[in-house]
Amino acid sequence: MTLAINILLWLVVGVLAFIAAMRGRVLLDDGVRAGVMEFVLLLPRIGIGVIGSGFVAEALPNEWIAPWLGPESGFFGVVLATLGGALTPGGPVVGFSIGAAALKSGAGAPQVIAYSTAWALYAIHRLVIWEVPMMPARVVWLRAMVSLPLPFMAAALAMLLGRP
Amino acid sequence: MKPPPPRRRRRAFDWSTATIAALAIAAAVTVYVRDGRNHFLEILGGDLSLFAAMLPKVLAGCLIGAFVTLLLPRELVARWVGHESGFAGLLIAAFFGFLLPGGPITIYPVAGAFLIMGADAGAVVAFIVSWTLIGYTRALVWELPFFGADFVIWRIAAAVPLPIIAGLLARIAVRAGFEYRSDEK
Repeated sequence: MTLAINILLWLVVGVLAFIAAMRGRVLLDDGVRAGVMEFVLLLPRIGIGVIGSGFVAEALPNEWIAPWLGPESGFFGVVLATLGGALTPGGPVVGFSIGAAALKSGAGAPQVIAYSTAWALYAIHRLVIWEVPMMPARVVWLRAMVSLPLPFMAAALAMLLGRP
Repeated sequence: MKPPPPRRRRRAFDWSTATIAALAIAAAVTVYVRDGRNHFLEILGGDLSLFAAMLPKVLAGCLIGAFVTLLLPRELVARWVGHESGFAGLLIAAFFGFLLPGGPITIYPVAGAFLIMGADAGAVVAFIVSWTLIGYTRALVWELPFFGADFVIWRIAAAVPLPIIAGLLARIAVRAGFEYRSDEK
């Protein structure tokens, strides 16, 4: 599975690099430089988050998480996770670290999906800092309003599909 | 022609990361003291190998994002989405939400441009929700190293209908009287 994904991704990289090279050497160099730069700058944050979430999951006693957010917590767990996602401040490293730590220490997968969906869609500070200055305010509120049911739908659809 | 979108702030470290780093150190010390050195090394090794296994995909994600940014002019995307309406408009908006790389500082101006080019609020909502939930750059670069491929594929499969649902809900709200063009900046 993971090998197939790698091959597919690098095929896409190859095709895009080829198209860029056809349009000129400068474009190819720019693309490679921008991509590698992004990768190098992201590495420390992702590394700290991934390794940190592993230790946080291990340090937390399992019986703290499972009753609230475990697979048996059902709809109540989904509601709790959605609230938690809405209230989580900070950038992606925070949201993904907390979600991964919860999953490793016994939270149910649909609950974690509800958490990360709510975190990605609701986060109030992101709405205020990014969306409102760049778009008509009422479109932002409309977007936020229709997003309210989405974490529940994401969790329900994930349960329907079942884990691969 | 619009000026190119402003560059994203590029820093390897920030307050979010600092908070998580502090938590990580506290948790690592707890595990070391409570469970001993061997268990500590076992967890560190497991997480490091997961992280290392994901690095080629993260790099591929960064490169794809960089090339798509260079090869696909945002003005063109805005024009395509602006000219489509109906259900096809939602589908196309959701597709570009999946396709366009970049962070909030590059995405929201594009969404604003959709409105100016004539797209309706439903298409804009579908675009933003799609970028947030099924955009490949966030999935490849952030989610994969944290959750592994099986989980991420499953989560995204469950999220595919959501941008369309959100766009339809937005159209229903507009039809029911939600006014969104009144205070355009």
